Amino acid sequence: MIMRAYAAFIYAFLYFPIAIIVIYSFNVGRYAMDWQGFSLQWYGTAWNNPFVMDALKNSLITAGSTAILSIIVGTAAALGMERVKSAVLRQSFDALVYIAIIVPGIVIGISTLIAAVTVFDLINPFLASLFGGNAPPKLRLGLWTVIASHVLFNLAVVVLVVRARLASLDKNLLEAAQDLYATPFGVFRQVLLPLLLPSIVAGGLMAFTFSLEDYIVTSFVAGPYSTLPIYVFASIRRGVTPEINAIGTVILVASFTLLIMAQWLMRREE
Amino acid sequence: MREISVRWPARQAPDLEIGRKQSLAPTVKRSGLVTALLVGPAVTMFFFLLILPLVVVLIYSFGERADAGGYAPAFTFENYLNLGARGKAFFNTLTLAPLATFVTILFAYPMAYFLAVKCSPKWRTMLLVLVIVPFWTSQLLRYYAWMLILGSKGVPAYLAMLAIEGVRIINTPFSVLIGAVYGFLPLMVLPIYVSLERLDKGLIEAAEDLGATPVRSFLQVTLPLSLPGIATGSMLTFILLMGEFILPAFLGGGKVFFIGNALVDLFLQSRNWPFGAAVAMALVIIMFVTVFAYMRFVLRKSGVRNVAMV
Repeated sequence: MIMRAYAAFIYAFLYFPIAIIVIYSFNVGRYAMDWQGFSLQWYGTAWNNPFVMDALKNSLITAGSTAILSIIVGTAAALGMERVKSAVLRQSFDALVYIAIIVPGIVIGISTLIAAVTVFDLINPFLASLFGGNAPPKLRLGLWTVIASHVLFNLAVVVLVVRARLASLDKNLLEAAQDLYATPFGVFRQVLLPLLLPSIVAGGLMAFTFSLEDYIVTSFVAGPYSTLPIYVFASIRRGVTPEINAIGTVILVASFTLLIMAQWLMRREE
Repeated sequence: MREISVRWPARQAPDLEIGRKQSLAPTVKRSGLVTALLVGPAVTMFFFLLILPLVVVLIYSFGERADAGGYAPAFTFENYLNLGARGKAFFNTLTLAPLATFVTILFAYPMAYFLAVKCSPKWRTMLLVLVIVPFWTSQLLRYYAWMLILGSKGVPAYLAMLAIEGVRIINTPFSVLIGAVYGFLPLMVLPIYVSLERLDKGLIEAAEDLGATPVRSFLQVTLPLSLPGIATGSMLTFILLMGEFILPAFLGGGKVFFIGNALVDLFLQSRNWPFGAAVAMALVIIMFVTVFAYMRFVLRKSGVRNVAMV
């Protein structure tokens, strides 16, 4: 009984702040925590705000590209590592994956920023001399640096998720397929891929969510490029209107849906 | 990378033949080339986007600040000797992060115990997912919500109605602590839950059959056996808290700041990159020491290798 009351308290603690955001997104008044009546006007304001829509578009492009690239590169690496026998190589690869996860986002942002700026400083004069003219092509911070940094940490997540699944896989199925003269690619396409698909999709959904919600890494490497978290952070700093709550509610509903889908996929395979 | 992918198709055909004959050792090396192709892109990315940049940060940390901001080449330990200039950020991080981790254990343990032992198996999965889901939703928004709740129009305003005037919660170490417990509770519950669920219930029955009181069987059987879960949760919480930026920015409001806030300031505002690089290196070193200590603890405790970290 006490345990149940405690659990109820914890759920209230976890969901109360989320409820506050959702409730105040329907507020008429323009100040947070000052309820004036029900309206949907702030959803309209957000929808008609070109900065919000632009940031949303950028966020979806970034998260989509990050998820796809992380899935492809991460799954390939997880499959490849199964074939590596050398303990030294395996441990070195594990070390890379864990470094990518342990190094805090803020340091990944900083190091990507410094590396990108260093590389750009080397390449841009070369591009300028190559093309000449008034406006030679120039590498700068933006979409590509954001995607690169996001893929880096999400790639490690996909590798871990897919490898966990590979480890629990019944290897006899693969042997059976090979005994039946399936080509290696056939084994992959008809046996391995269907078995791994739930974990690949789950890893992809996680990558999509992480990328969509990341503020700190993006803030370092985005340059003038704006994503939704960048916009939300700047607005919270400027002083907020319920427009932020409206955007937040949409983000929360979207990420809840994605996460529950990912959870469901991961559990179904167990 | 590119070189390999050009050569690959020519060698593919023989690989297939070998693959067919190896039915006894199926997933073993069909050819090193295919393996290199599969692992290559990931390793290339890790190398160019992680290892190399970290080396550049390390080199920067021995440099000097250029007059216009940024980096000027040099070899000096000045930046490291000067870390004390941001001592407050290190102090706040290194006191609040362990404290918050400890408080999170206190709140998470009973919850994990409820989920693993007390609640009906029918609801268990759903209740567990409900605990985890907030952790994966926008950190920015959840801390923003706490900014509203703890801010002057939130809890203090309601306390004032009860004639408790002049309470200030936001921008104190306490508000950062609340935020940290809130933010990392799910991450702590999960590993403790896993260790409690794996626990052999027969051991507790045995202890009680031998006359142990419930309190004693908890302290001498359940708690020691769930220590690996507590260690995993603590390590995850601690390293993520150490690198936290949004939490102190929102709930500490410039008064209670962490190393992460110092880094943002050094790189994006005052543009002292070499000093910032030294601060970043110090942070990374503290984290690796923590993880190393954790690994040693878990390996000694359970003797299990390949401890899942995530």
